[in-house]
Amino acid sequence: MEDRENAKRIVFVTVGTTSFDALVKAVVSEDVKDELQKRGFTHLLIQMGRGIFFPTKCDGADGSLVVDYFTFSSSIADYIRSASLVISHAGSGSIFETLKLGKPLIVVVNEDLMDNHQCELAEALEERKHLYYTRPHTLHQTLTKMELESLVQYTPGDGTPVARIIDRFLGFPDD
Amino acid sequence: MEEGCSCLYSRMASRFSIGLLILLAIVLLMVRVLYVIYRCGKPLPKGASQSFTTLIVLGSGGHTAEMLSLLSVLRKDRFTPRFYIAAATDNMSLQKARSFEDSVAEKPAVKEASSQFMQIYRSREVGQSYVTSVWTTIVAIVHALWLMIRIRPQVILCNGPGTCIPLCVIAFVFKVLGIRWSSIFYVESVARVKKLSLSGLLLYKLRIADQFFVQWPQLQKKYPRAHYVGCLM
Repeated sequence: MEDRENAKRIVFVTVGTTSFDALVKAVVSEDVKDELQKRGFTHLLIQMGRGIFFPTKCDGADGSLVVDYFTFSSSIADYIRSASLVISHAGSGSIFETLKLGKPLIVVVNEDLMDNHQCELAEALEERKHLYYTRPHTLHQTLTKMELESLVQYTPGDGTPVARIIDRFLGFPDD
Repeated sequence: MEEGCSCLYSRMASRFSIGLLILLAIVLLMVRVLYVIYRCGKPLPKGASQSFTTLIVLGSGGHTAEMLSLLSVLRKDRFTPRFYIAAATDNMSLQKARSFEDSVAEKPAVKEASSQFMQIYRSREVGQSYVTSVWTTIVAIVHALWLMIRIRPQVILCNGPGTCIPLCVIAFVFKVLGIRWSSIFYVESVARVKKLSLSGLLLYKLRIADQFFVQWPQLQKKYPRAHYVGCLM
């Protein structure tokens, strides 16, 4: 039992503040679960938001993947920190939270959203090899093809360049 | 006959002079607008002021995180007092701004209550019908005007939510009318890689933003007046 605790490798799935049932359905599909287990993950934890699709919980007694879910939490960062892989919606908040914590990330774009400019961000970050970017129905494919070792660690930016220009513009001396 | 004639003349003359006055007023206003547009984007003289009354427009989720990332590197003594505005339907953003201010205030040098938090009505909520949105838009504009008269900011920081548009337009009108000169800084969200948001596009094209920042090089190529500053996150 203790061995199992030590070898805990969690996949954390987050849909954000709304709902994204297509993503939840995709991660609990048999082929995705099989692939995750094949890659050595032991737990699948889903933050499902306002979704109406409730996955089946599983305690992993028969040696299969442990599946658990909850709707919302104020400490998403803690879940990300404990995870070995994060599968997230395309919101910039959870994308950067995950990248800053240095966790491997797969971003799944919600095709049902009308103004879907958010895939721009995921696409651009994938070009720089910081994450994988996919859609619900291609999640399995992405999982089978992905090489987590080839992802490039993201170096967080900050507001210093903006602050410098603002300060100069307003006539403040450089410090 | 003669009387009628002169009456007609004087009526025409007065009409003519009223028309001339209106024309003159329009021309003067146009000149002033052009002058303000010309002055926008020109830096203030060195040592213009020790500190600026600052308005910070917050949006939801990702927008607020980016704004707080910028605020954390700005010198608080230069941007004080600070007024935070968020949409009335958005409780999270002001809460985050409050805890940010609390974390700053722990340092004894800036202990005074230098920040205020306000909510603004949105002109249109997602899914609202267009008929009722005429009324709510009027309410939103009047409310924005009231807030701007109270704050009269010298610096406006915004990064994308639609609520910043009425506030920035009013700030521009204040500049034209000589009520208050302000410097407007707009940072386009990191989520915008290839296309500006509608708010960003409006502030860029109408030259309302004094300085415009983008976080991706692709956007800077398309909009050459923007500064490319890398990711804020």
